[in-house]
Amino acid sequence: MKLLITNGHLIDPAEGQNSGKHLLIENGRVAAWLGANDELPTDIETFDATGLIVAPGFIDLHVHLREPGQEHKETIATGAAAAVVGGWTSICCMPNTKPINDNAAITRFIIEQSNRAGLANVFPIGAITKGSDGSELAEMGEMKTAGIVAVSDDGRPVPNAGMMRRALEYAKDFDLTVVDHCEDKSLSHGGVMHEGKMSLLLGLKGMPALAEDIDAMRDVLLSEATGAKVHIAHISTKGAVEAVRWAKSKGLRVTSEVAPHHFALTDEAVEGYDTSTKMAPPLRSREHVEAVLEAIKDGTIDAIATDHAPHHADEKNLEYDRAPFGITGLETAIGLAFEKLVHPGIIDLVRLVEMFSTNPAKIFGLEERGTLKVGSIADVTIINPDLEWTYDVNQTKSKSKNSPFHNQTFRGCAVATIVGGKIVYQR
Amino acid sequence: MDKNFQRKDLLGIRNLSADEIKTLLQTADTFRDVSRREVKKVPALRGKTVINLFFENSTRTRTSFELAAKRLSADAVNISVSTSSVAKGETILDTAMNLDAMAPHIIIVRHGSAGVPHQLAKVSRASIVNAGDGSNEHPTQALLDAMTIKEHKGEILGLNVAILGDILHSRVARSNVHLLTKLGATVRVAGPNPLVPNDFCGLVNNGLTICPTIEDALENADVVMVLRIQKERMNDAFFPTMREYSIYYGLTKDRLKLAKSDAIVLHPGPMNRGIEIASDVADGSSSLILNQVEYGLAVRMAVLYLLSGGNENKEQ
Repeated sequence: MKLLITNGHLIDPAEGQNSGKHLLIENGRVAAWLGANDELPTDIETFDATGLIVAPGFIDLHVHLREPGQEHKETIATGAAAAVVGGWTSICCMPNTKPINDNAAITRFIIEQSNRAGLANVFPIGAITKGSDGSELAEMGEMKTAGIVAVSDDGRPVPNAGMMRRALEYAKDFDLTVVDHCEDKSLSHGGVMHEGKMSLLLGLKGMPALAEDIDAMRDVLLSEATGAKVHIAHISTKGAVEAVRWAKSKGLRVTSEVAPHHFALTDEAVEGYDTSTKMAPPLRSREHVEAVLEAIKDGTIDAIATDHAPHHADEKNLEYDRAPFGITGLETAIGLAFEKLVHPGIIDLVRLVEMFSTNPAKIFGLEERGTLKVGSIADVTIINPDLEWTYDVNQTKSKSKNSPFHNQTFRGCAVATIVGGKIVYQR
Repeated sequence: MDKNFQRKDLLGIRNLSADEIKTLLQTADTFRDVSRREVKKVPALRGKTVINLFFENSTRTRTSFELAAKRLSADAVNISVSTSSVAKGETILDTAMNLDAMAPHIIIVRHGSAGVPHQLAKVSRASIVNAGDGSNEHPTQALLDAMTIKEHKGEILGLNVAILGDILHSRVARSNVHLLTKLGATVRVAGPNPLVPNDFCGLVNNGLTICPTIEDALENADVVMVLRIQKERMNDAFFPTMREYSIYYGLTKDRLKLAKSDAIVLHPGPMNRGIEIASDVADGSSSLILNQVEYGLAVRMAVLYLLSGGNENKEQ
């Protein structure tokens, strides 16, 4: 099986590549980069990428697929289908399914289901503690053997610094990155949006930035003490950004990701009480969004990850303070990155590819991905940076529609998604 | 229809203009007499249906709205839903849409969650009146407070108003801050520090100050509003005990002396006597707490009247 992608502009930050190349794929792997003077093979499937960017496949470090247990919100198959529409060739799914992915049997189930679904690669993330309840370590070694790529207790972060220290020490034995959703629940308890002027104006209970700052500070100190790899999930506050910046200046093994809604929206979007503006961490105030943009620009933030969190409309259409946290994001991430980061000149296309592919692959140690080096797995995202499109949530491939970006128009999107050398999505 | 008030819903004071507020207050003034007549009824809303949909307990507000509707000759239906929509198994939107299908003209909503009236207003054809939503707003309370103040002080412009107590959770405080500053008063708020967040200052562009102590806020005040301390919030440990609250934050006769000699005292009720307000203040000559209740009826008649589009028959 061969595929030739012709006339594209090939960006591969891992290889320092940023110019026109034809890309030849054979048997699911990158076979060759061909220049203008090279003879092109004929009689094979060809994709004309004239005017388009050819990039290593996007890797989303943070999605919720709801299977097993809550298949009415999303299944692995529907999540993977939404992923490839958004240009993602790989998605890493959080363990907060029902039951929680805290043992190898669940990990194997998720991997089997994703093999059945085809489309995007699905890499499970295991729980840090059994049942994600923060009291006993989960069997990280066995889960790693079964296929997990990282560990996290995501929405139920380990509250106890002593337990987190043990988790980091143990995860290090298996070279697993520990992903932390930074939220000290003793500070954020009962809150439903960012604490500040807007929460007071709307009469909603606030979650202070402090709740994220304190956990992020704790985590970078624990990384320093243990030497373990810590990845700060969906960073959203000035304080957490400063914690990561400090860690990087000390050369610690600390990385971070940002979710598109945290650089695209502020807490002013909560006006009107639309529950598709409710997520954790919450939409922050302008001051925090600006700190996040600065951190995207200076490299403090390594990756863009969606925190795709599907919820059924019946569960989401409730009183604001009763609705569950989370919004979908797989299909809108690239549009938001273009609108809020690339077009305003905050980052260039090379950095965009770094944040969507190169860095995520490194953070979770996904070998032979995040690059199009000859011999690597042929996961490719083809981008049209100028195509205008409007997001219609009613056309989503996800099972859920809880997006605040319905009817928004974007310039720039993925026009083809190639997984293992096979075109799985084409716009 | 009054050209100065053309809204479908009354969701809060925050988005009203000063002119709209004045129109509401002037209209309320004309309805005051109705309740003083032998026959307390005008046909202004004859043939219209008003639903009182209360998800939170309430005596005075619910009764006040019901009487307001009846004195305008509307058909009024009361629905008290003590349980949450989730516990009932029906979502709040379903409940509202079912009621809306019966084609009422106005649905009056009280709910413990901020924003519920706003959510309902988006889906219902009926006008929605916010009768209190969580910690967000209680617009008719602010309107009746304003009417009380105007009646006794003439104008709101230029007055010093002190609001004391649980500012953080109070919808009454929010609606009043918006209304009073829009009409040109200076508002000072004070209470236990955990209940008076610094960011509260950002609620309005000017006219609002946070005072470090109750005494500072009372200094030279023309109007003193005392907020109810909600005992159910004691679990969250915002302050140690009710006893200590009454000592350091309660409105006593001595503290009231810091205000102007002709200062008036308001409380939205129900009062915790001896906690946020001493009985001799509540029952004293400065207190207008019962007048507030009377004005509440006129204000609610005005709200229902204006939302239903007004009517020539008003003065018949």
